[in-house]
Amino acid sequence: MPTEQLSERSEGARRLENVVIRFAGDSGDGMQLTGDRFGAQAAAIGNDVATLPNYPAEIRAPAGTVAGVSSYQLHIADHDIRTPGDQPDVLIAMNPAALKANVAELRPGGVIILDTDSFTVLGLEKAGYDIDPLTDGSLDAFQVHAINLTGFAAAAVADHNLKRKDAARTKNMFALGLVSWMFSQQIEDTIAYLQKRFASKPDVQAANVSALRAGWIYGETTEAFANVYEVKPAPLPAGTYRHMKGNKAVAYGLVAAAHQAAMPLFLGAYPITPASEILHELAALASNDVRSFQAEDEIAAIGAAIGGSYAGMLGVTVTSGPGMALKAEALGLAVIMELPLVIVNVQRGGPSTGLPTKTEQSDLLQALYGRHGEAPMPVIAVRSAADGFDAAMEAARIALAYRTPVILLSDAYIANGSEPWRVPEVEELPFIGIDLATEPNGVDADGNPIFLPYARDPVTLARPLAIPGTPGLTHRIGGLEKADLTGAVSYDPDNHDLMIRTRQSKIDGIDVPPLEVDDPSGPPGSGADVLVIGWGSTWGPIGEACRQVRAEGMKVAQAHLRHIVPLPANLASVLSEYHTVLVPEMNLGQLAGHLRRETLIDTVGYNQTRGMPFRTAELASVITRVIQGIDEDASGAAGTKPVGDVGARLAAMSEAGAAKPAARASTATANQHDVTREAGR
Amino acid sequence: MSTVNGKAEEPVGGTSGRRAPTVADFTTGQEVRWCPGCGDHAILSTMRGLLPALGVAPENTVVVSGIGCSSRLPYYLDTYGIHSIHGRAPSFATGISINRPDLSVWVVTGDGDALAIGGNHLIHALRRNVNLKILLLNNHIYGLTKGQASPTSKVGTIGPSSPFGSLDNPFNPIALALGAGATFVARTIDSDRRHLTATLTAAAAHKGAALVEIRQGCPTFSAIPRQPSRAAGQESPAEPDNPAAPEHGPIRLSPGLPIVFGAKEQWGVVRDPSTGELGIGHGGDSRVVVHDPGTQNSTYAYGLARLAETSLAEPPIGVYRSVSQPSFDELYQERLATARPDGRGDLRSLLTGSDSWVVAG
Ligand SMILES: Cc1ncc(C[n+]2csc(CCOP(=O)(O)OP(=O)(O)O)c2C)c(N)n1
Ligand code: SF4
Repeated sequence: MPTEQLSERSEGARRLENVVIRFAGDSGDGMQLTGDRFGAQAAAIGNDVATLPNYPAEIRAPAGTVAGVSSYQLHIADHDIRTPGDQPDVLIAMNPAALKANVAELRPGGVIILDTDSFTVLGLEKAGYDIDPLTDGSLDAFQVHAINLTGFAAAAVADHNLKRKDAARTKNMFALGLVSWMFSQQIEDTIAYLQKRFASKPDVQAANVSALRAGWIYGETTEAFANVYEVKPAPLPAGTYRHMKGNKAVAYGLVAAAHQAAMPLFLGAYPITPASEILHELAALASNDVRSFQAEDEIAAIGAAIGGSYAGMLGVTVTSGPGMALKAEALGLAVIMELPLVIVNVQRGGPSTGLPTKTEQSDLLQALYGRHGEAPMPVIAVRSAADGFDAAMEAARIALAYRTPVILLSDAYIANGSEPWRVPEVEELPFIGIDLATEPNGVDADGNPIFLPYARDPVTLARPLAIPGTPGLTHRIGGLEKADLTGAVSYDPDNHDLMIRTRQSKIDGIDVPPLEVDDPSGPPGSGADVLVIGWGSTWGPIGEACRQVRAEGMKVAQAHLRHIVPLPANLASVLSEYHTVLVPEMNLGQLAGHLRRETLIDTVGYNQTRGMPFRTAELASVITRVIQGIDEDASGAAGTKPVGDVGARLAAMSEAGAAKPAARASTATANQHDVTREAGR
Repeated sequence: MSTVNGKAEEPVGGTSGRRAPTVADFTTGQEVRWCPGCGDHAILSTMRGLLPALGVAPENTVVVSGIGCSSRLPYYLDTYGIHSIHGRAPSFATGISINRPDLSVWVVTGDGDALAIGGNHLIHALRRNVNLKILLLNNHIYGLTKGQASPTSKVGTIGPSSPFGSLDNPFNPIALALGAGATFVARTIDSDRRHLTATLTAAAAHKGAALVEIRQGCPTFSAIPRQPSRAAGQESPAEPDNPAAPEHGPIRLSPGLPIVFGAKEQWGVVRDPSTGELGIGHGGDSRVVVHDPGTQNSTYAYGLARLAETSLAEPPIGVYRSVSQPSFDELYQERLATARPDGRGDLRSLLTGSDSWVVAG
């Protein structure tokens, strides 16, 4: 089948402003690849796209079970969007377990495309269905398309000499072809992608392409669907765009930073979900002078990165919570040695191994305070997938300019999610290089020139860096307290006090842009009464929720913190202009506590730790209730309770009198409910 | 001031046109703070004498240490250096060495630092064959923290944390290093400056990871058997009739020479032809082994390392193993060079990729 025919737009497609599609199947069914390709296709036709991959921690949880379901949700729109959407409009379920795990979230009236091949007695049993949902009327509220995807795919690839099992595995491409047709998408990019990806396996390559095309043609010829849809391009500012995943954006930001600092990038890392991908990306970029090193553990990884920085590289290490815990001691060393270093923590559900593949914002306090001694460190947070690029560059800028380790916080949602990214012109990027010391900068008691590694720049308080190989500037640094100027070991009490205060002042004095407020109704003080402030990946959901609330005629302001250490200088004055400050977080109130400590302003928390980003509707309802000041007793505030039966279970525990845990649990519950409490000023 | 030019692998400094460095060039003004009689003094002064002789400028030498009495050593050498954190020196040193092949990178560590908290980093630096000269100052005790048993303390060591005697088996650092695949493994002793200098010189000449265990006296907390101050061949009043007697001093391993010891060379290391195992026999025995540290198979060196545990008072000193294998640093730099044959790749094409699209204004 010549490709020209495939690329023709279907006639009479119905126009949609936006649509939410979720591909779901067994973790072996290739749903992540399928979703990723669909997103790339949508991005390529100019849609705005936001994605939410969701997969189990096990590489292969038991096949066919609900525990083993992997899914990929995409929101595509003809306008600017910031979240992957609350509820899917379309669900592609490759087996009964995928249906079972996802159908409850599907919008009533939504479309289900399912693979009948797996709806066997055994398949239903593994998914825990007593009765076939296709026959018991439980799907009556949806438009169900029951299609033998596996069968059609296998038939389409019959000529390619594949084993039966391998032939069946092309069903995801058949499904992708079909859904692409349904949404008037072109599949040429994906064909090119498959050709590249399976270049070394010609049979597999040809079979996947055949299955993809067959799915597309199936849609076109069978008239299985009453409607074909189309989402028009979103009006994006002019420029070159790319579909960008969060982890990749961070990796590229680091490469660009090293380039703009005219230094080689050196990464020391130890694999950990969901940060490994940054290591993988960077490991492949040796041609861009990226040096990567897979160490024996996270301690060695940061050790090597610090060694690299000392030797004149831009040292970087990437990890997630458990690895961050291991790096704590070395972070302190980087603080006292005052060396540039970027530490990326892609947060996941904790504590301990927690939820390795799910998102959370619960490492903020660890980033702020998780070291012994007075060890201040700048903390920056990525707000969305594409933003990873800018955030990483900013982290590197501060690290270099102030000779300090900088923590860059991302999370699993950002890491795996994707969105269109406007590729910057290299000329637009700031130069962030620093001057290295090459000459003595002081004199000793006898007037001989010497190098003072702890003399400071009067503005930034940064110390001079002399890298090994520089003649005449040999010096030793280390973890023992440094004498001011000379950097010699010093146990002098006054010197220790001076150095502690100096290191703190250096971090406090970092120039960070002022906090900006987004409020169409007016500037702080004359616009909305309620300000919603967030950090990290809640930026998208908070922004969408604010738009929704405004669309309903209410006023609300949004602000977002990129820099958490140091905080913007105008923070307290901005916050104090609002009657209520709401802080939604995927933790139990870590930023809220930090804000209280730093500004003495009491905020209202909305907290959830379900491993998933906030839904827009949920946040919009919380904001609405805060604005309306209703539900004073708060206990009945819809959308603010722990989702599901968590609240009831916590309450039951306290009633049962389980002494300590119950007391804590009920505090948490109160906190969850207490969204309308007045700001205590 | 100059900006880093992105070519840091080329020497930034250089010794051309300068006079040869001297002991003074490698000596800092810092007051040396070890107990009187501590073996570390002798090791420091050996290093100060050795480094100028190696012909590497002070600015191209980096000494990285962990934490412990021994790890204070970098402060007293006027080179670049990092006094890092407990046990992790090999990781910092790795980050320096693989990025800067122009530098000579040394690690100074103690038995607690290298073998307890830092055991993981040590074995990985060795297996990778990173171009590091690792000096393990083994005083068989935790000095800095006041005398607790260390991973090399013998069973029954009495210390503040083991008042009834330690229960755990010690590591044999040489056997451990061999097990980790180290390409250069040697043992020497603080009290024999010539042996120490010769061993460190051999280590410095080795390409790849060199582990040198230096048996170090800590008069404050432990007393390891010291080499008797008696020249070889000199008759002592009562030459014992027992190869395990401490009076013999340690066996000295010399490449190409039979391994014999005792005042009259009456003892020797022999190989059992049927099992291949090493043992102690008479010096005149035709089965006496001729020492060859270049033996690729490390079983031989391992056998030597294990000898002391059963049949000798003191472990043999000298180079146990010295074989040539590509260093991690070389492989790493080669990989980088092949990845960018024409210099650094273009940032614009990386960022734009092959899957971008243009939105017109
Ligand atoms: C993380 C950490 N744990 C413990 C210590 C305390 N500590 C300092 S040195 C040392 C042991 C040193 O023994 P060794 O390496 O044998 O060196 P020596 O002092 O004997 O030369 C210990 C336990 C520390 N500094 N850091
Ligand atoms: S305690 Fe032992 S190792 Fe430490 S300085 Fe004193 S003698 Fe040397």
